[in-house]
Amino acid sequence: MNWLDILVQGVLLGGLYALFAAGLSLVFGIMRLVNLAHGDLIIFAAFAILLAVSTLGLNPFLAALLAAPLMFALGWALQRFVLNRVLGKDILPPLLVTFGLSVALQNGLLEAFSADTRRIPAGPLESASLDLGIVTVGWMPLLTFLSAVLVILALNRIFYATALGRAFRATSDDPVTASLMGIDPKGIFAIATGLAMVVVTVAALYLGMRANFDPSIGPARLIYAFEAVIIGGLGSLWGTLAGGIIIGVAQSLGAAINPEWQILAGHIAFLVVLLIRPRGLFPRAVD
Amino acid sequence: MLLETRALTAGYGQFNALFGVDVTLDKAETVAVIGANGAGKSTLLRSITGVLRNAPDMVLHRGDPIGALPAHLVMQRGIAMVPEGRKLFPSLTVEENLRIGGQVRRAPGPWTLDTIYDLFPILKEKRQMPGTALSGGQQQMVAIGRALMSNPEVLLCDEISLGLAPVVIRDIYAAMPRIKDQGTAIIVVEQDIGRALAVSDRVYCMMEGRVTLTARAAEVSRSAIHAAYFGEAA
Ligand SMILES: Nc1ncnc2c1ncn2[C@@H]1O[C@H](COP(=O)(O)OP(=O)(O)OP(=O)(O)O)[C@@H](O)[C@H]1O
Ligand SMILES: [Mg+2]
Repeated sequence: MNWLDILVQGVLLGGLYALFAAGLSLVFGIMRLVNLAHGDLIIFAAFAILLAVSTLGLNPFLAALLAAPLMFALGWALQRFVLNRVLGKDILPPLLVTFGLSVALQNGLLEAFSADTRRIPAGPLESASLDLGIVTVGWMPLLTFLSAVLVILALNRIFYATALGRAFRATSDDPVTASLMGIDPKGIFAIATGLAMVVVTVAALYLGMRANFDPSIGPARLIYAFEAVIIGGLGSLWGTLAGGIIIGVAQSLGAAINPEWQILAGHIAFLVVLLIRPRGLFPRAVD
Repeated sequence: MLLETRALTAGYGQFNALFGVDVTLDKAETVAVIGANGAGKSTLLRSITGVLRNAPDMVLHRGDPIGALPAHLVMQRGIAMVPEGRKLFPSLTVEENLRIGGQVRRAPGPWTLDTIYDLFPILKEKRQMPGTALSGGQQQMVAIGRALMSNPEVLLCDEISLGLAPVVIRDIYAAMPRIKDQGTAIIVVEQDIGRALAVSDRVYCMMEGRVTLTARAAEVSRSAIHAAYFGEAA
């Protein structure tokens, strides 16, 4: 393994972490809500995709396409009927509710699918690789990374080039004044969480095809997502991609030195960035 | 009656700020609400717009009880607000701030980006800047333009002269006749009594959560206002 190779693998791994984190970043950016069930929702979506693949015999990408609108509806309803009721000045109630949701999801999935580890079968794609001359990259990590970039491009486009995005930003700035513009802040929050769940579906697709998963691993994914969001600067989507890449590269470097150091190296990188830039790399100007 | 409050009582938690306020606004009419700091003027506007929610029949719009409607539904009925302190969205450019005012409700009417740039030409030059990078007077122009973008039937203005230099206030008030000419009914809340009377048909004076004077702007005497404003016997 040469250093360039390690770096490239790390960057590509960062794409997966950015996918884990993008939904979290979106929701936090708009309503300052930290969803502790985010990781479990990714696992939930992975099981949903797996179910569609195994029962309907669908290709995983098609299955994700099918799952995405359902996940949107789930996110919308979760926000509308549960989270909107606990959002307020006090940040503790939403934390408790999403923590409870996390536990409930894990237990529900355990009940429905058992504790066995699963994987979404992706056929030949699983091991296909692309020779770029100086480095060889797997198609799967490459697709993951490209999807992460696409997701963040798309979210940015929604944010800065559509009427919905304008309403997102205005509501994030000042929900009371937004309501004086005829915008229903709670409706905007519901759409935002629905959108986050579409991103969660994309994250679940790649997580499920690349690695084994079981109902209990959500919280571990959540930690990487948190770290990526915080390194990037709360509420910045490109920052979240950068944060994911930093953790990915750190893990890849750590693993190259000693495989046992992979996870630790990611956490150390997180702490180092926080020491140097406590507000993250690209903190939003307003807040 | 276009807009009406009936025995409006409102406040913040345990604290009561309005004690039975009756105010009316007719079609195409301009009404001034004056009063000292803390009199309850902003609370009155917040109650009308639904930022503060009250009993349904404490606020009537075209006879419909709207006192308990949330703010976004009140706005969609054609009641637009220029809030105290302007409240531009910092993440939006000047033009986006204007656009968002007409994004959810846009009744047919005279106000478009172009006619608002015509009303306040300086905004066209600055349209790509963040709203909050503008001077106070320019920000106030954006806040007024933003409210007009929905072509509202009722325009509520909360202290649009607050903290502005006299020349700037004059420029902003110069736009009022053009807004009135479109048939928009207006409530102006002001501490600057002269300004308020000059643009209004009628005036209400408030003190400590109650209306202490109702008069035609052209007929009211200085001493009557003085008495109602400060609570001294006339
Ligand atoms: N958010 C709030 N929470 C608690 N009390 C408030 C709040 N806003 C206003 N008040 C109180 O309600 C009363 C009426 O305030 P309001 O803002 O309506 O007055 P105002 O006439 O608009 O004054 P000003 O000219 O200073 O804007 C005051 O006693 C004020 O202290
Ligand atoms: Mg006030």
